[in-house]
Amino acid sequence: MAEVAKPKDLLFRPILDNNPIALQIIGICSALAVTTNLNTTLTMCIALTVVVTFSNLFVSLIRNQIPGSIRIIVQMTIIASLVIVVDQFLRAYAYDVSKQLSVFVGLIITNCIVMGRAEAFAMKNPPVPSLLDGFGNGLGYSFVLLLVGFARELLGSGSLFGVTIMEKVTEGGWYVPNGMMLLPPSAFFLIGFLIWAIRAAKTEQVEEDQFKITSNSRVSDAF
Amino acid sequence: MFEHYLSLFIRAVFVENMALAFFLGMCTFIAVSKKVETSFGLGVAVIVVLLITVPVNNLILHNLLSEGALAWTGVEALQKLDLRFLGLLSYIGVIAAMVQILEMVLDKYVPALYNALGIFLPLITVNCAILGASLFMVERDYSFTESVVYGGGAGVGWALAIVLLAGIREKLKYSDVPDGLKGLGITFIVVGLMSLGFMSFSGVQL
Repeated sequence: MAEVAKPKDLLFRPILDNNPIALQIIGICSALAVTTNLNTTLTMCIALTVVVTFSNLFVSLIRNQIPGSIRIIVQMTIIASLVIVVDQFLRAYAYDVSKQLSVFVGLIITNCIVMGRAEAFAMKNPPVPSLLDGFGNGLGYSFVLLLVGFARELLGSGSLFGVTIMEKVTEGGWYVPNGMMLLPPSAFFLIGFLIWAIRAAKTEQVEEDQFKITSNSRVSDAF
Repeated sequence: MFEHYLSLFIRAVFVENMALAFFLGMCTFIAVSKKVETSFGLGVAVIVVLLITVPVNNLILHNLLSEGALAWTGVEALQKLDLRFLGLLSYIGVIAAMVQILEMVLDKYVPALYNALGIFLPLITVNCAILGASLFMVERDYSFTESVVYGGGAGVGWALAIVLLAGIREKLKYSDVPDGLKGLGITFIVVGLMSLGFMSFSGVQL
């Protein structure tokens, strides 16, 4: 690699500047379904961060021994083994959460962030930067997930981490919970608005128009 | 009996739509849905792969991995072995192998379809919808026939969702979207609305 990136950049760039979910559109697959409450969200974030950090480390350690033609299978095996360890650990020590996460822990295997970082970064870089890069991407993923989880649990059930913040009407309080926040569509809306917010702040991330609209065809100009 | 399978199929397609209710296969769902034609190709590939891998994984689970499944070998030590913790590794291995074999078979016998599917076949290995379907099959304890029906249904549902989204996105590119929402942002909002639409199927019971 021609330029050596600074450790700080490796760790923090994936959080806002190059967020895996908001900019690179990867790793959304197994993520959104677990954000209805913060407990499962946090568990999922920790699980993914652990897997992506260590898979990057291990892939990077043996990167010079892996023959190019079978590298995907080797990476897959490393990732799958790590996920099995995490899955068994959760079943042993946090059975309830593991039940709620159901298949989504297993789906970390096919999470594009893990695979993508192994292929794009760990195969070309020494172990320590790879470790940091993996951790940074884990943090970037966790950042988006925790935000979404925060909004969904607070607005959907009026609580955070299962602790009541806003008393619900059904329990004698004042807050009428927004049921949609607990359903799948809200996760899409929240991520959409989050992307909007990030791009409003960092305008260089705005995508180009596929077709230019001539200036006088806008509705506001027509009147 | 038939009704049970029909109900399972309808549930897999509409109520428990892989993409819109479980967020599975989202990466490819968003990335490859710019044109109806390509997303239709990918949809067909997903249906084919799901139809093969879910039943195969079902056989592996029941004949090799689950507790006491190795009894047919007759070896004393294997009678009570529970290998379910190896599940994840075996399923993903089967999926990768199946996709590879399917690619070679199609290349040799149906080159037209092979060319149409093109780069999508290898991509499918890392599509969460494929592994997800296998894991749901394990969790819900489907029998072999059920797993065939479920695999097909999940595939059709996913294909339906991606073709619909591609149709919307083809029109969307001519519209005037606020700057920050362009591209990815508006796509998420559209998928959210579609997901809201599909929710109206919940409760459909045959």
